[in-house]
Amino acid sequence: MSKDADSGILIFDSTSEVISAENVLKKNGWQVRVMGPPPEVRTGCDLVIEFPLMEELEILRILKQAGVSPKEVVPVSSPLLKPVDLFNVKDFGGHLMVRAANMKITVDKRSLVIVNISGGGCPDVPYLAHEMTGMDLHHAPSPRDIGHTLCAYALQLAYEEIQKRCLP
Amino acid sequence: MLAIVGTVPDKNFPITHGLLSHEGNLLRIENATIDINRGTPALMAAAVLTAEKLGAEAPYGFLVGDIGHGKGSRNLYKYLTEHIGEFDFDTLTFHYLQPIAHWHDRVLGAIKALHKKPVLIADAGFMYAAKMSGSAGSYDLFTPDLGELAFLADESSPHPFYTRGFILHENNKAPELIKRAYTHNNAARNLLVKGRRDYVVREGKITATISEPSVETLEPIGGTGDTITGIVSVLISAGYEIAEAAEIAAQTNRFAGQFSNPTPATSVSEIISYIPRALDETLGDDLENIKEGSSRA
Repeated sequence: MSKDADSGILIFDSTSEVISAENVLKKNGWQVRVMGPPPEVRTGCDLVIEFPLMEELEILRILKQAGVSPKEVVPVSSPLLKPVDLFNVKDFGGHLMVRAANMKITVDKRSLVIVNISGGGCPDVPYLAHEMTGMDLHHAPSPRDIGHTLCAYALQLAYEEIQKRCLP
Repeated sequence: MLAIVGTVPDKNFPITHGLLSHEGNLLRIENATIDINRGTPALMAAAVLTAEKLGAEAPYGFLVGDIGHGKGSRNLYKYLTEHIGEFDFDTLTFHYLQPIAHWHDRVLGAIKALHKKPVLIADAGFMYAAKMSGSAGSYDLFTPDLGELAFLADESSPHPFYTRGFILHENNKAPELIKRAYTHNNAARNLLVKGRRDYVVREGKITATISEPSVETLEPIGGTGDTITGIVSVLISAGYEIAEAAEIAAQTNRFAGQFSNPTPATSVSEIISYIPRALDETLGDDLENIKEGSSRA
């Protein structure tokens, strides 16, 4: 957990908006962190973006220009939950599996085709599996682009890790 | 009758409910046919085959399309809140739904208002919502994997994506995690923890562990946890005591996996097709006894 009096959090209507906003801010060079919300603003399968409060105006301006304004900005008053920082890699010989938090992705090492996606409990997991399984790592859609929930976010981490390990 | 509630990965799929059946690699509900390769359809297909093998009535399904926006889940939550009283189910299994605590609470409230409360089973997103809303104790069975058990064990975690560093996702830590989940009232009365070693837990006490046959290549295959939940749901509805049903389901799922001789690229639909043979292996003569009676209870 972390608690930083100089931090604020950006709250959005959906996890997909959080993922879009994170993309926009990182592309603009901001070192923001996606975190779990404090209990008082927690509603369900949600994420928030932690940012330096001093930079609020600039960050809100960038997000507004990108069309992903938060519904609320609040100072950090409770400890935020850190995402699981745990990768597990298993080599099955012809296949490699990477797990990040509660999501797993497995590829054929020779063809780089995604052969299975497992784990998770949010309804975009079957959707992501449907869209990604059978595609190779060069052409598969990114969970960050087509997913919407925390499970999609975890799968994105696993996807990035397996790309690092399998792509030159 | 057993009812199973969940989602399919098609945003245009309307709320659909009816008896479930199985045709090859497809699940049938009302006039719709659905691929059973993953998610709730895989759970439902496992349940259909288990019910057929036991000579039990076909399970009933409630499905809606949701690709993660949560819109379909919210519509189904609302439908169930308003209409669950019109049905008569002895067992209700909730699966891949967007975890939304306040909608969970409304559905649970409607169920508690029923004349006779069904056996309640939760897995996946609905289990997350049940824990997050502080209602785990209202459920008869949760079927978490090890990562989800860590989430149940961490009283501050709203989703398996977050668990504090000291909550380790290691199989040999499962007994500690189970104890912690019960200490903080975040476990159902019974647990079936799915992993390298499966744990069956009744009221906080581990009553069985199942680790054989061990098939390493099942771990990457999406849907192998869903099939256990489908099997156990039917067994409970057929009259098995919950912990006993959990042990049989875990064992059956392992046999089905072994019979399919899987690689990491195997689809769960191949494994599902071996469930009837696996039930023969697990239940043996008991299977004939079950078929002779309307239920085991």
